[in-house]
Amino acid sequence: MARTISFMQAINEALAQEMERDETVVVFGEDNVGGAGSPGEMDAWGGVMGVTKGLYGKFPERTLDTPISESAFIGAAAGAACSGLRPVAELMFVDFFGVCMDQIYNQAAKFRYMFGGKAKTPMVIRTMFGAGIRAASQHSQSLYPIFTHIPGLKVVVPSNPYDAKGLLISSIRDDDPVIFFENKVLYAVEGDVPEEPYTVPLGEAEFVREGDDVTIVAVGRMVQMAEQAAEQLADDGIECEIVDPRTTSPLDEDTIYESVENTGRLVVVDEANPRCGFATDVVALVSQNCFEDLKAAPKMVTAPHTPPPFSPALEDLYVPDAERVAKAVKETVGQGVAS
Amino acid sequence: MSETQQITKLGMPKWGLSMTEGTVVQWLVEEGTELSSGDEVIEVESEKINNAVETPAAGVLRRRVAEEGDVIPVGGILGVIAPPDVSDEDIDSYVEEFQANFDPEEAAEEAGGPEPEKVEVGGTQIQYLKVGEGEGPPIVLLHGFGGDINIWVFNQEALAAEHTVYALDLPGHGGSTKDVGEGDLDSFVEVVADFLDEMGVERAHLVGHSMGGGIAGSFALAHPDRVASLVLVASAGLGEEINDDYIEGFIAANRRKEMKNVLGMLFADPDLVNRQLIQDVMKFKRMDGVDEALRAVADKVFPDGKQADVPDLSGVEVPILAIWGREDNIVPHSHAENLPEHARVEVLDDTGHMPQMEAAGKVNRLIGDSLDGSGS
Repeated sequence: MARTISFMQAINEALAQEMERDETVVVFGEDNVGGAGSPGEMDAWGGVMGVTKGLYGKFPERTLDTPISESAFIGAAAGAACSGLRPVAELMFVDFFGVCMDQIYNQAAKFRYMFGGKAKTPMVIRTMFGAGIRAASQHSQSLYPIFTHIPGLKVVVPSNPYDAKGLLISSIRDDDPVIFFENKVLYAVEGDVPEEPYTVPLGEAEFVREGDDVTIVAVGRMVQMAEQAAEQLADDGIECEIVDPRTTSPLDEDTIYESVENTGRLVVVDEANPRCGFATDVVALVSQNCFEDLKAAPKMVTAPHTPPPFSPALEDLYVPDAERVAKAVKETVGQGVAS
Repeated sequence: MSETQQITKLGMPKWGLSMTEGTVVQWLVEEGTELSSGDEVIEVESEKINNAVETPAAGVLRRRVAEEGDVIPVGGILGVIAPPDVSDEDIDSYVEEFQANFDPEEAAEEAGGPEPEKVEVGGTQIQYLKVGEGEGPPIVLLHGFGGDINIWVFNQEALAAEHTVYALDLPGHGGSTKDVGEGDLDSFVEVVADFLDEMGVERAHLVGHSMGGGIAGSFALAHPDRVASLVLVASAGLGEEINDDYIEGFIAANRRKEMKNVLGMLFADPDLVNRQLIQDVMKFKRMDGVDEALRAVADKVFPDGKQADVPDLSGVEVPILAIWGREDNIVPHSHAENLPEHARVEVLDDTGHMPQMEAAGKVNRLIGDSLDGSGS
């Protein structure tokens, strides 16, 4: 029953199954087919990492290559979504959002609100993020907090293949614009994924691990770091509970509070830069809503407030790792009111 | 050597395919306690549910090897059972030797067992799990509304010691096709009949839980020559009453917290519902087609908050064992009164709608005894 596929295959399968189920689903982006104008190599690329590979062969009318003009094709996605299609546009690296941000935050995000609820915008933007593949400052950022900040957008940051498939299917079926963040380092990660279509709701966190001592909140690749840290800490007798919100907007605050009410301690692991980010948001919410349950000051483990470095040695230091998570957990356990 | 043969390991059991280790919750008896077969010795938590481990042999609990809170791999040693005259030194060396030779990975492989398979039955894909090879008619386990083969996680292996045991996912459930067709008891009866044909099973002992009991009863009426005996666990199909809050709540729940409350109704002790169990149920519910399937079945089998099919089992001549929890909140145990006179009825204390999980050891013994009694 259980079948193991990669994070990348899970995304590809979600796209294929939704295109099969609903003929209004269209997929486009730079090199999504991979060779417009080069017959015989039409399905050569399937996106820069091969995530959309094979879709053109199955759905040639609905898998499209676009010019290298994000402002044009992201705008086209917003327009198509308003007029009856369910586009899934690929913004190759989220770092490129600058040239198409108007289409996202000042157009798509506001249609439903400004048109009195009469317009819906069922558009998904899939985009890669994260450091770790030596791609330097302009292809390695973790910019989900910027999108989380904007009302009207839903923001999804999956951490494993099962969630990636179910969350992408939910995103495609959702009537609001969704920005779907794929950590490029996770593409090769494998996990059990049902063959049938299924959904994972937007706005429901998951308990990745249960424990009574410290709550670790993490999304995307940082869930792995939290898990590795929790393994180490268990040997020292510290039991961590890991909560993966899975979507940063909407955010399942209740589940985070439920966990912190039990543990009294919070560490947030976030690959993004530290200021005005996801980690600061979770820490602020918990401080405001669970203050009486807290036994120690919440901790954040984030990238530093710099662009991702190109130097491999520095890049490895830039991304939060299990050691840093474990250290932060120990600091929260070592301080504050004895339990 | 003769003394070693009298020493029995109390090992970490394997409950279900995904279990690789368990956590010791608490010891239920002191060292030195005299145990008879079936006594519960230690409570263990798997990722899905807590359950008590019974002694595999009569004797004295000579040693608690695992401590409360320990995480022990499947097949690992929890304690030692031996007659009182075995010396402490022999017990010590038995434990030492076991620990020195124990390879968790090898043990996990040995405990791996069969995996579920799929078979095409009249255009419907049915997932099933076959365990054991026994003489005589096999046992077929039928789950209830919203269930799947995993509700038998504490039973199938135990029953398979002497019988071939099939558990299957009904249409609309588990890993089977989500299209339920008519979705009434009769349609499920025909799927079960076709499944038995496909497996080459002429006659079987049918064990049905809840709605699965209703299916088993209807099956016995439709195909009397194919049933060796009936075991009806917290069975539907014996009266009109059904807890509609559960049925409707199960269909409506699309968040973990709602589902926790709904699943809590199933157990005498709602704390048995842990996050993993809820998550597994939600994963099933979120498959495409499942909510529609459940709706269709509920509309046919439990319309207007009542059971539609209450077949008259008075003509059923094969042995019938009914097992019920006294605290069943879904189907009242008073329905057992509607069984034919020759039926044996066991009502278990401190047990809700899931006796096969909440009182697994007792249920396994009752089923085992009843099958022995029925001449197979």
